[in-house]
Amino acid sequence: MTAALVKVPLHTVAHSRTGDKGNRLNASLIAYDPALYPYLAAQVTAERVAELFSMRGAVQVRRYDLPRLSAFNFVIDDVLEGGVNGSLNLDGHGKTLSFLLLTLSVEVPPDMVRSKHGHSGPGIPRPLRGHS
Amino acid sequence: MTRTVYIGGGAGFADERPDAVQVLVGTLERRSGPHYVILETLAERTLALAQLERRRDPEAGYTPQLKAFLQPILARCLASGIRIVCNSGAANPLGAARVALQCATELAIPSLKVAVVEGDDLLGQLPENTIRSWPVIEGLPFGSEPLLAANVYLGARPIVDALALGADLVITGRCTDSALVLGPLAHEFGWAADDWDRLAAGTLAGHLLECSAHVSGGYFADPGYKDVPDLARVGFPIAEVGPDGEMIITKADDTGGLVSIATVTEQLLYEMHDPAAYVVPDVVLDVTEASLEATGPNRVRVRGARGHPAPETLKATVSIEGGWLGEGEITYAGPNALARAQLAADVLAERLRIVGIQVPTRLDLIGSVSSFDSDAGMLRRKRNFDADGEYRVRLAGNAPDRRTAERIANEVIGLYSTGPAGGGGVRRTVTPRVHTRSVLLDRSLVRPAARLVTEAAR
Repeated sequence: MTAALVKVPLHTVAHSRTGDKGNRLNASLIAYDPALYPYLAAQVTAERVAELFSMRGAVQVRRYDLPRLSAFNFVIDDVLEGGVNGSLNLDGHGKTLSFLLLTLSVEVPPDMVRSKHGHSGPGIPRPLRGHS
Repeated sequence: MTRTVYIGGGAGFADERPDAVQVLVGTLERRSGPHYVILETLAERTLALAQLERRRDPEAGYTPQLKAFLQPILARCLASGIRIVCNSGAANPLGAARVALQCATELAIPSLKVAVVEGDDLLGQLPENTIRSWPVIEGLPFGSEPLLAANVYLGARPIVDALALGADLVITGRCTDSALVLGPLAHEFGWAADDWDRLAAGTLAGHLLECSAHVSGGYFADPGYKDVPDLARVGFPIAEVGPDGEMIITKADDTGGLVSIATVTEQLLYEMHDPAAYVVPDVVLDVTEASLEATGPNRVRVRGARGHPAPETLKATVSIEGGWLGEGEITYAGPNALARAQLAADVLAERLRIVGIQVPTRLDLIGSVSSFDSDAGMLRRKRNFDADGEYRVRLAGNAPDRRTAERIANEVIGLYSTGPAGGGGVRRTVTPRVHTRSVLLDRSLVRPAARLVTEAAR
């Protein structure tokens, strides 16, 4: 009775914005469809996010759940190489890192995947390039 | 009794485009009822840079763009009763007030009332050793470096006081960004200092407006996934707030951009840590029960902010000198570009050893998702990139002195004669750095004050 899940990049089912305070990054993760929330809650764990950011030095990640907003807030410590005033990274604020979070993969029902052009629809989203 | 207060977010950082607030004022002029525009122009490190400016020139140290923001809107705001609240005073609110008065004189506005909020500058009030003794909550412990600036985040109360003096324009130094909005709301609705849920709602309104277009479609678009109409003309946001703190977030009329549940949610969680405890001087905001509802095109209703008692401590940002950042970049494109760029990076690393530069440095291959990468380039080594694409090699180093930073940048331009084939477009930058520490202090040590200023700059 449950349709087979499809594995997709988080980018096709959720959006994110990062913010910095010192050497600490916060990344929101907001489901496009509230029905996705339990799938993200089960799969986008603090441990997985810590693993994704481990090469940047992240040790501790806390996840705060905001079900009324279909959203999560990840707080990632010690990931900004000292923060914007000391970092040698071109993006010392970590502003681009929202899209690193969105590279994680998740398994969701196919009809919940957002295809490019903004509509939920069946199947895998169309490829990024080549649309006219 | 006042039913709705209209507040526009006219600037979210010091380098905001100044024409956006002019469009915003055009919309606010057409709203009857109390209306305000805020200008938030003070990032964490901006104040230390402003303090250095003021040391060079005692009349300086406020937001340099202040006049560019004010000059086109001042007469219109005064004519229609739109009051302006800004933190553009930075290290010198009084200097900023004098510039605003001078601007009014030039525009033949005789009656502009300007108030300043002071008391955030701790270096003028307390010994450095007292400041060094406070607990550091962000950043490294203090060494013996001289302090460049120490400013405590003030809350909304002194802004309420300034508005009660009848000010058309309120200029603060360091205050918490959301206080620029909570101040007018608490003033208009007479919210008590322990009316936690309403203070929380006003703080949430401020949090949503403080980054200007962040809530109205700016910094949001992801083509094909999150589309925003007419982004080049993105409209700046307006909060329509009622006496109980319920609000509609919308934007300037006849503009591009988008206000939707998604745009509001992104800004709601921006720079937030524990969503149940967003601490500002006036209240602790809890957004875990907040709810959003689209009530029309570009209109989102926000409800459910809850408040807890204000903290006993306040946060201050303390700035110390942070040495110099030296950077140089060079581009390689076309056949075998990745290998040529990698060779350039290898040559630069070896050159640093040869010339004995031992400060922390980093090498990027821009075009290989380098902004995600660590200083050690771990990600780049794990993945494959287009051998024939376009890559920009970047060398950056933190140096204790300007000369060393220049030598780091100069190693990159040296590649014009000594690097791989076909390198071009070298740029070099040398920038002084300021390090910051966040500390907590007992709020009884802080005495904010608001007063009217009457003397223009000459």
